[in-house]
Amino acid sequence: MEATVNTALRTEGLSKHFGELAAVNGVSLSLARGARHALIGPNGAGKTTLINLLTGVLEPTAGEMYLGDERITPLPQHRRVKRGITRTYQINTLFPNLTVLESVTLAILERKGFAARWMKAVSSHREELEEARALLATLKLDGDADKRTAQLPYGHQRLVEIALALATRPSILLLDEPAAGIPARESVEVLGVIAALPADVTILFIEHDMGLVFRFAERITVLVGGRLLTEGTPDEIAHDPEVKAVYLGKESRA
Amino acid sequence: MKPGSRAVEIVFWLLPLAAFFLLPGYLVLGSQILIVSLFAMSLDLLLGYAGIVSLGHAAFFGLGAYTAGLLAAHGWGEPLTGLVAAAASAAIFGFVVSFLVVRGEDLARLMVTLGVGLLMFEAANRAAFITGGVDGLSGVTMWKLFGVFPFDLSGRTAFLYAYAVLLAAFLLLRRVVNSPFGLSLRGVRENRRRMAAIGSPVNRRLVAIFTLGAGVAGIAGALLAQTTQFVGLDTLGFERSADLLIMLVLGGTGRLYGAVVGTLVFMVAQDYLSGINPVYWQFWLGMLLVLFVFFARGGILGAAEALWKRR
Repeated sequence: MEATVNTALRTEGLSKHFGELAAVNGVSLSLARGARHALIGPNGAGKTTLINLLTGVLEPTAGEMYLGDERITPLPQHRRVKRGITRTYQINTLFPNLTVLESVTLAILERKGFAARWMKAVSSHREELEEARALLATLKLDGDADKRTAQLPYGHQRLVEIALALATRPSILLLDEPAAGIPARESVEVLGVIAALPADVTILFIEHDMGLVFRFAERITVLVGGRLLTEGTPDEIAHDPEVKAVYLGKESRA
Repeated sequence: MKPGSRAVEIVFWLLPLAAFFLLPGYLVLGSQILIVSLFAMSLDLLLGYAGIVSLGHAAFFGLGAYTAGLLAAHGWGEPLTGLVAAAASAAIFGFVVSFLVVRGEDLARLMVTLGVGLLMFEAANRAAFITGGVDGLSGVTMWKLFGVFPFDLSGRTAFLYAYAVLLAAFLLLRRVVNSPFGLSLRGVRENRRRMAAIGSPVNRRLVAIFTLGAGVAGIAGALLAQTTQFVGLDTLGFERSADLLIMLVLGGTGRLYGAVVGTLVFMVAQDYLSGINPVYWQFWLGMLLVLFVFFARGGILGAAEALWKRR
């Protein structure tokens, strides 16, 4: 096992049971600081459940989670976000009737701990509004700033999904199929934005498109039936006979 | 804010004063409209901003009414401190109830608020030795406002008092809803899961707004008690909660002004139509509600805004 110093996030024997079903079963995973780490596996492998556990959306049936040396297993989601663990959703989970600018500004206000303030109007929080506009510009969403989120085309909504996560300034970013449902050319752009994040940001992403996985991941973890099958560099995974048998051979979508 | 809307707002708030001078025969109805407008505004904080449905908001209105009423009936008839006491008691009770409300989903919230409303009604009914029960609380004697203006039968003091309190509350609440806190409430309404994912302690926000909404409802209840110098069990009644929801939805949620417009339309129509035929009133009200839900989800103000944009 790697030294804790270089480990950003670590799980020990993490399990989640839904009745009889072990959606995640004894997974011990560690994410190196600054890693670009892909999580792959066939449908129903427990990838999204694992992200739900890491972010505190679900409580584990067994096992522990550590952020650096801190045990975070009992922390609710919003406290984990405060510690730098942020996620995106596979299915857009946005604020349909807020404008894009309002949405991102809200995330920034929450990060700064200003979101419970009530004396000053949001429009007077110029610093946060400017930060939001700058962030939207990096995602080429500046033209959409004043539109209601629900009015945006799907691809742009996917970018808002990422903008909201980035607004929290995560140190660990968990992306659940960030490019799902958008055209291939755009999905390369989306992953490009993510890959270009500061090197000390740790990224775990679920992705079905093997082309994208092998293009952006430095490390790959393969999950099958809730269990961790194997983990390695893209090269190792590509040549792993077990992975080929279980996953790539059967379900190559690339 | 849109250009010109400042002028529209000023005119809007001058209308009650115009009514005060031009319609002296309607001051009692006018006071009621102002008071219920404030009550509807307090529900708008919950429903329109935070997305909390409630069928028991009268619990806080009634608590405020009884607090102010009991104070005045037992020798402390000073109006402003009465308002403060009513706001405090309703807010404290709202704070306690909020923990039952914040965790649930819509149906659970409806049931919990409904249940709390019924409990309060029955408690006040049983505690007749304090509240007067079905006969109502009498002996409420108000002192002069600022020691100068008596709450007399003309209803002039009552009207201006209710107007001033409504306006002050509106200015405060508008500040709240336009603030980061207000934005975070809209975020909760729009998507609770995403709020947690951007690090927001959602339940704490909901507790805060539920407490504030209860406190403002308490002020409205106190206004009614003080201006009518009487508190009846109906201040806690289910019908009051249900009518309130109708008024707010009719006017349009999530804009504060919808509360005032909805209340005005509802109460004027009720006063006029029920004078002709009480059964008819209910019929047309039902018809209106159905039409609004199908054709104008944003209520009167929502429809007006859509028309304005289409020009």
